[in-house]
Amino acid sequence: MKRLLALATTALTLAAIPAHAQDFAITNATLALGDGSEPIEDGTVVVRGGEVVAAGSGIAVPAGVEAIDAGDGWVTPGLFATVTTLGLWDVSAVSESNDIRAGDAPFSAALDAAPVVNPNSQHILIHRAAGITRAATTTMPSGSIFAGQGAIIDLDADGDPIVEPRAFQMVALGEGGGRIAGGSRAAAHALLRNALREADSYGDAAQIPGMSAEARSTRTGDDLPIDPRLSGRDTDRAGDVLLTRFDAAALVPVVRGEQKLYIAVERASDIRSALALKGEFPALDMVLVGASEGWLVANEIAAAGVPVIADALNDLPDSFEQLAATQSNVGRMMRAGVQVAISASSGQNPRNMPQAAGNLVALSNVPGAAGLSWGQAFAAISSIPAAISGYAGEAGVLAAGATGDVVIWDGDPLEVGSVPVRVFIGGVEQPLDNHQSRLKERYRDLDESDLPKAYDR
Amino acid sequence: MRKRRTFEPQAGGPGLTLAGILTASFALAACTTTGTSASASDEDEAPRYAAMTEDEGPFASTYRAYPGVATALVGATVYDGAGGMIEGGTVLLRDGQIVAVGGSELATDGYQVIDAAGKYVTPGIIDIHSHLGDYPSPGVDAHADGNEATSPTTPEVWAEHSVWPQDPGFSRALANGGVTALQILPGSANLMGGRSVTLKNVPARTVQGMKFPDAPYGFKMACGENPKRVYGNRGRMPSTRMGNFALNRKTWMEAIDYANDEDRGRDLGKETLVGVLDGEILVHNHCYRADEMALVMDMAKEIGYRVTAFHHAVEAYKIGDLLRENGVCSAIWADWYGFKMEAYDGILENAALLQQAGACVVIHSDSQDDIQRLNQEAAKAQAAGRRMGIDLPDEQVIGWITLNAARAMGIDEMTGSLEPGKMADVVLWNGDPLSVYSRPERVWIDGALMYGANDPRRRPVSDFELGQPGEGDMK
Repeated sequence: MKRLLALATTALTLAAIPAHAQDFAITNATLALGDGSEPIEDGTVVVRGGEVVAAGSGIAVPAGVEAIDAGDGWVTPGLFATVTTLGLWDVSAVSESNDIRAGDAPFSAALDAAPVVNPNSQHILIHRAAGITRAATTTMPSGSIFAGQGAIIDLDADGDPIVEPRAFQMVALGEGGGRIAGGSRAAAHALLRNALREADSYGDAAQIPGMSAEARSTRTGDDLPIDPRLSGRDTDRAGDVLLTRFDAAALVPVVRGEQKLYIAVERASDIRSALALKGEFPALDMVLVGASEGWLVANEIAAAGVPVIADALNDLPDSFEQLAATQSNVGRMMRAGVQVAISASSGQNPRNMPQAAGNLVALSNVPGAAGLSWGQAFAAISSIPAAISGYAGEAGVLAAGATGDVVIWDGDPLEVGSVPVRVFIGGVEQPLDNHQSRLKERYRDLDESDLPKAYDR
Repeated sequence: MRKRRTFEPQAGGPGLTLAGILTASFALAACTTTGTSASASDEDEAPRYAAMTEDEGPFASTYRAYPGVATALVGATVYDGAGGMIEGGTVLLRDGQIVAVGGSELATDGYQVIDAAGKYVTPGIIDIHSHLGDYPSPGVDAHADGNEATSPTTPEVWAEHSVWPQDPGFSRALANGGVTALQILPGSANLMGGRSVTLKNVPARTVQGMKFPDAPYGFKMACGENPKRVYGNRGRMPSTRMGNFALNRKTWMEAIDYANDEDRGRDLGKETLVGVLDGEILVHNHCYRADEMALVMDMAKEIGYRVTAFHHAVEAYKIGDLLRENGVCSAIWADWYGFKMEAYDGILENAALLQQAGACVVIHSDSQDDIQRLNQEAAKAQAAGRRMGIDLPDEQVIGWITLNAARAMGIDEMTGSLEPGKMADVVLWNGDPLSVYSRPERVWIDGALMYGANDPRRRPVSDFELGQPGEGDMK
């Protein structure tokens, strides 16, 4: 809980500390710890004060702690979904309900998802009921190669979804980035380099403090502290710049390595070019997103120590940048020593992540394919995405000190038929009802002999 | 980031791009001006010209079954697709057909015996809703051949004229999904999108080499948001749901007049509509909302045609009774929802509630990805039912992606279940097909082994993938 505890004194995380964290222990569980190990029979997990205090086998339930008998059922840490757009839209094709893309905005890198995440979005409710307890969520590149600054959110019902605002910046450098930048990957690379250099010099000139500096006391009126970068002194910049002041300020922590840079690339050569950026900007804290052809350059990714968020089931040459796409991509990269999370976009919705992970387990029985063990696959949707997001040991895992995100399932969580029966986030049991569950109950039968369906609730 | 191609509008997506489609329509127009000459019988008269009529079978299937080995699958759990299940079953294939399905008592003399103990056998999986070939990979504009979005009613177009047989998606559907037959539909930009084509999932140099022999044509219709958005945005009809219906009814009534006109000449679009009125072409109607499906069923009664299946049908569970009474199938996803307004009420229990109401359920993909996992989608929908107390047996659920699909495509006399005399379209799974952990181990089409997980030589590689990184990889 390093980061969560370190920030616990700020207004930011006060709201993230559970108001009604329960002390409880779940016993008699088929327990998956999320750390890559295989499930444990007859496992126990103990949560106190919103945190896991123990998980494993042979653990005694402390006195005075409520014991929940899982009856051999599956118990896991909450799933960690990355990269998502959860909370940023209601109906994707209804543009006024959709904040994912801001192609007409004057800003790009400065776009900040944190103030616009809607914790009451049905998608957050539905994905909470699917066992996802934390997620990275962000606007997407549209008017610019920069997506803006994504946030880490929790999916609990306390009304404050933001765990960490401005956790990462994303940039598109492949086919998509090239089209946005002016019609060529070369334009995207020039734009990125120019932007990072502008940010570097602007950060110095404006004496922008580092991200680790204390936030100024200025308040924005809600629980979010004002971004210290936006209090830089240099309000007037030379004309020969491509970034607005806000956009340049937003990239200062990126170029300094204080904020992660997610680079969306698919093609092997694009991955190499992305990795090469470290030579020019040594501080960059990079994560590759996509990387359909990662297996072709897996050793280089591993050597660079750059983690990957990969689509698990991408196996078609849907574009010329993913001609080598295969479902073995994740397994081959993992074998080469790359830290790989299964992308939340591996299916129609992030709630399909477990299905994607299960499919990679299935590959283990297909000759010539590179599958995952159950433990590896589950880690790829829990502890690994948490670690890539900056929460190693703090989320996506059942271990002493981790946040009390625990899910009790009605079956093997990687099986397509399984769903959570109880979800705890930060030690607080969560409501699992949503629009879909209400519709299901209303239409359990079609009987309108007394009154129309509109009265049936 | 992955570009997820579906054929529904996605947020921020480009929508319909027309450049490629316009090119295709020029090509098609050029084709329709050529006809074959008929012999002139009378020397005194000027020669007369006539194109082949539909009864003469233009664009005929050239598919022939590939050679197979008489094969006995022994010891498997067999789901026959028609609701039957046999533990330790035996399935015999010979000369392209199912010879027998039974227990261990069946003699296997003269058959190559495959020990299938611990494995599962199902009919070949059938996808009733695919755009493989007409929106192939790579999904570039030059390949966007699925929507003739230049007029809201284009009954004259045939999907088979857009199918690119080199789409690598066919091979993935075979190897990962066990798909042996599929219906390729035009897109949903138009109220009347054109004819569909049913294919055997066999690699071929031409689409004729894939066409399912003797399969009836389907006719793609679409209600709701897509047609009114596409044409409303251009300031033309339809721009509303009422406009959708008005234009549909007008077009059908003109087709009736055409059908009743004894002096009618050739009209490609009206010939298709008359084929529907005659019951020879099956209507597959893209429709999401319950209220709208109810209106479409009344429109069909008004005009005198039948809707065979509503596709997508995310709200079908609200009118399971009506769908049962009208004998209309719902071809649906297990869990897609929320991507457009008319998909807002999608729920996981749709299939189970429909089954409970006695209505026909088909699980479809509409996706080059999900077509590789229709078995998993069916399992997902089954489990949702179980959670609300609707317990549907595995053997019935397999029917959602086999025989029910075949029925709604009009090919159930030939395939879709493991019954003697039917085509030997068969999948041997390495585990329970309703588990995420199972994959096809072998797939036969008309008794020919077209995929074998253990044999890299039984793995099709499209022309497009030759010489590319990962050629022949286990995808």
